[in-house]
Amino acid sequence: MKVSINGKQQEVKSKSLWTLKEEFLYGATRAIKGPLITIYNGFQTDEDLKLDEGDEVAFIVKGEMPSKEELEALMCARHTPSVHEKVKKAKVAIAGLGGLGSHIAIELARTGVGHLHLVDFDIVEPSNLNRQMYKIKHLGMYKTEALKQEIQEINPYITVEIDTFKVTQENVLDLFKEEEIVCEAFDKPEAKAMIVNALLEARGDIKIVAASGMAGYESSNEIQTKKINKRLYICGDLYNGAKQEWGLWRLE
Amino acid sequence: MITVNGEKQEYKKVTVLEFLKTAGYRLETVAVEINEEIVSKRTYETTYLCDEDKIEIIHFVGGG
Repeated sequence: MKVSINGKQQEVKSKSLWTLKEEFLYGATRAIKGPLITIYNGFQTDEDLKLDEGDEVAFIVKGEMPSKEELEALMCARHTPSVHEKVKKAKVAIAGLGGLGSHIAIELARTGVGHLHLVDFDIVEPSNLNRQMYKIKHLGMYKTEALKQEIQEINPYITVEIDTFKVTQENVLDLFKEEEIVCEAFDKPEAKAMIVNALLEARGDIKIVAASGMAGYESSNEIQTKKINKRLYICGDLYNGAKQEWGLWRLE
Repeated sequence: MITVNGEKQEYKKVTVLEFLKTAGYRLETVAVEINEEIVSKRTYETTYLCDEDKIEIIHFVGGG
């Protein structure tokens, strides 16, 4: 029977997870010292489950640095099989790399989205550090370059393209001509409306995830994800913007 | 009747521009869809709402 172990298709004799684990330990060419965890088709388990043809199993030795080839397979071991292949092919652009966009980029990188396109004109400054994914070492760097550096340390198996421009009505269609999905994460409402209008009008194939009312101090319970139609999703409460005296946090 | 952001309203023959202004929206911060098609800003002035239309007005507020 063929199963995948740590990303490699292998012919195995075992019919259950525990015997497969014995086979793995016995076949190991190195001394295994750390505790072993078992992930079976995307789910961590201690049970002796029955194996089927095509199953995906990962044995992770805690505290051990895997080889470069093995690392990618182990990083995506918790994905449901076939999900990783699908997200790896996806191309997603993130417009604006502030409080929303920098988090979106890092989370998509962790999820294993294979091609990210990061767009922002700005540089990292101290007031960004209270909520954006940057570090002190990034102060003064372009957000695009700082975030690309961070992503390479989290998931080096994806491609990151950067454009350090301010997005305008004039360049928006040139900047976002390839992606299937664009995440709108700008700060100013005029810029949000501009990119959403321009891309929905010109790109019949595109999907946009936009944000309105994710900042500002109001009840977090109002925040929702709304599917406007099959091409447009909006996150936020759609109502409360960040404003003077009504910023990101507030003391009652 | 028309449906605006999921809520039924009485139908009146007005343009998208007139509708948005009456409802108090700032034109620079909205996107409008009628029956799942985006309405180009250039045509707000010449596009009339039709009875039974399903209208989504996406209103953007700041913060991101």
